Amino acid sequence: MPNTKTAVPFSSTPEQMKALDAVIAKHKGQAGATMPVLQEAQEIFGYLPEEVQLIVAEGLGLSLSEVYGVVSFYTQFSVNPKGQKQIAVCMGTACYVKGAKEILEKIEKIVGCKAGGITPDGMFSIDATRCIGACGLAPVITIDGDVYGRLELDQIDGILAKYMK
Amino acid sequence: MQLIRSHILVCAGTGCHASKSDEVIESLNKWLIEEKMDKEAKVIKTGCFGLCALGPIVVVYPEGAFYSHVKPSDAEVIVKEHIVKGRLVTRLLHDDHKPTGEVAASLSDTDFYRSQLRIALRNCGIINPESIDEYIAFEGYSALAKALTEQKPEEIIDIILKSGLRGRGGAGFPTGRKWQFAAGAPGDVKYVVCNADEGDPGAFMDRSVLEGDPHSLLEAMTIAGYAVGANQGYIYIRAEYPIAVERLQIAIQQSKEYGFLGDNIFGTGFKFDLEIRLGAGAFVCGEETALLTSIEGNRGEPRPRPPFPAVKGLFGKPTLLSNVESYANVPWILQNGWEAFDKIGTATSKGTKIFALGGKITNTGLVEVPMGTTLRTVVEEIGGGCPGGKAFKAAQTGGPSGGCIPASLIDTPIDYESLTAIGSMMGSGGLIVMDEDNCMVDIARYFLDFTVDESCGKCTPCRIGTKRMCQILDKITEGNGTMEDIELLEDLCKHIAKNSLCALGQTAPNPVLSTLRYFRDEYEAHVREKKCPAGICKHLLTYTINDKCIGCTACARVCPAEAISGKVKEKHVIDPAKCIKCNACMDKCKFSAIEKG
Repeated sequence: MPNTKTAVPFSSTPEQMKALDAVIAKHKGQAGATMPVLQEAQEIFGYLPEEVQLIVAEGLGLSLSEVYGVVSFYTQFSVNPKGQKQIAVCMGTACYVKGAKEILEKIEKIVGCKAGGITPDGMFSIDATRCIGACGLAPVITIDGDVYGRLELDQIDGILAKYMK
Repeated sequence: MQLIRSHILVCAGTGCHASKSDEVIESLNKWLIEEKMDKEAKVIKTGCFGLCALGPIVVVYPEGAFYSHVKPSDAEVIVKEHIVKGRLVTRLLHDDHKPTGEVAASLSDTDFYRSQLRIALRNCGIINPESIDEYIAFEGYSALAKALTEQKPEEIIDIILKSGLRGRGGAGFPTGRKWQFAAGAPGDVKYVVCNADEGDPGAFMDRSVLEGDPHSLLEAMTIAGYAVGANQGYIYIRAEYPIAVERLQIAIQQSKEYGFLGDNIFGTGFKFDLEIRLGAGAFVCGEETALLTSIEGNRGEPRPRPPFPAVKGLFGKPTLLSNVESYANVPWILQNGWEAFDKIGTATSKGTKIFALGGKITNTGLVEVPMGTTLRTVVEEIGGGCPGGKAFKAAQTGGPSGGCIPASLIDTPIDYESLTAIGSMMGSGGLIVMDEDNCMVDIARYFLDFTVDESCGKCTPCRIGTKRMCQILDKITEGNGTMEDIELLEDLCKHIAKNSLCALGQTAPNPVLSTLRYFRDEYEAHVREKKCPAGICKHLLTYTINDKCIGCTACARVCPAEAISGKVKEKHVIDPAKCIKCNACMDKCKFSAIEKG
């Protein structure tokens, strides 16, 4: 798994910390609060570094290992920061049988990092995602929420060029 | 009173939304105001119509005119011609590719809709999912009102039992029996849970119900709460479905405001509340015990059954757990009676089933057909066959737990028993069509790769067994397989199916078993001849240049491995020893001079 600790140091703003405290206070005592808290924490920071996990654990009265166990179990929780521009290539079956693998390989080659990784300058990250349910548009990629469907390999250069400026 | 004479329905499901249907809506509204028609015509955003391949879709009533591939710039002509002058915009009408050349003017005229019967999807594409009033206008919440004020819990359970409704999430357990168990389990606190963690790749039935008709789920869960004696419900939904989550939140809010959820529903004193819990991307959480563990805030690992959730489920309390599509049938059954539902389908599979048609098929989208409809009807008639004149090779149902159905079995009726008998399963309803260009060994490897990634790791047969299977499949697709590997693969399949803790592991071998059963020759071609008949497995391909080459040198310049040589204006050659099979030359060549095989 590429979900290992990165060299990028963690930094946060006082606003982010305040927001995290508010999230913990909101869910504390609620049955099964761990996941909602982590989901909201990830929205605040973009990812869940050890520092954030520790605050969540202390806030909810859990051990760090319990929190880390949950974080590492679910693919949507990331302990790595994401790129400024996030590319997601859908690898659902409908996309796969229509050539999603080749599309991912081409994007990896152009952008210069592998799926699950981030470029050294922090500009792009690529994810090979589970089915996003837009099977009617297969094969599909999303870049920062923009959806590109019914893709052909030779369109990739042009699409990525828009984001490389 | 304001008289609206024209309703413009625009699909706002995920597929059409991704094709910019929100801009179409905006543009339509702009032009209605511009033409001063905004008092006479109204734009309504609806759930999925089903024909995702043709999106964005716009349907104008009362005519029922069916416009496909509508761009924001087309709004002007729709308003000016259709709304103002009452003329159909022929250019945008859906072309059904009939030999006669006629185009389908309305939705019900298309081959895609003719064989369908919509029960769970009854309101999708018809009402605005963000308006509780529209749901009520289509008899919404009438089943709940009747249940709470006129029926006893036992009567409701009896109706569900007699209807023959079976779980639509995959296993097909009789829904009424589940309700009975949960109702009969001792305990004051019980829960009703909805499994909306639709993790099968290529499946989007539940998403479409949630996006198109969220109130039907809320109504059904509240009825279920009354029937089994629960006051709290949870909807566990994938975080990958942001539009569905948003519409559910709106629906819950509206339902509370109308007093259909809360402390004193319909003034009967019955109390029921609903909470949404988001998944975080774990396929195993679609398994019922794993889902409950996940709601409790833990790693979503399954636990052995028994005890079944109906006895000891969420937070250790009796829990009724069904999937979205199963619930969506409930209000219809209570409104129309169990006899009406019992009449549809086959002897053991009642009602309808929604399928998400995807892959190599012309009409990708969502279809709902009576149980017992043949695969041929779904693929050829409704789906319009494989595009580009390619031959239909197989259909995959049931996702990573299911199997492939070969072209020779295309007349198999789709029901629980028939699909199991041929080595596949109903599954939740993903139906991926494959044509002659798809390699079945590669498809099996794809699903195993998925299972390996999604295995929770709790039990050994699944954690290690699927990994070993995947390694063997890798070996075969790379051309290093032996005939003993195929035997070993079959052996592993048996052990994993028998010894895994939950359904994920127990069904993980299905994609391999079914492809081995129907496409063994393809496995053997990979092993014996080191060939991939479909031309997919990279390691087994060789690239060659044919006589169409004019010597433009484009391929030689693009080749990253410098494997192509040749003089200008002369035929080039590829050195197979250097070729890394990246396909760059084939993409670049404008003369179809490069062949792979």
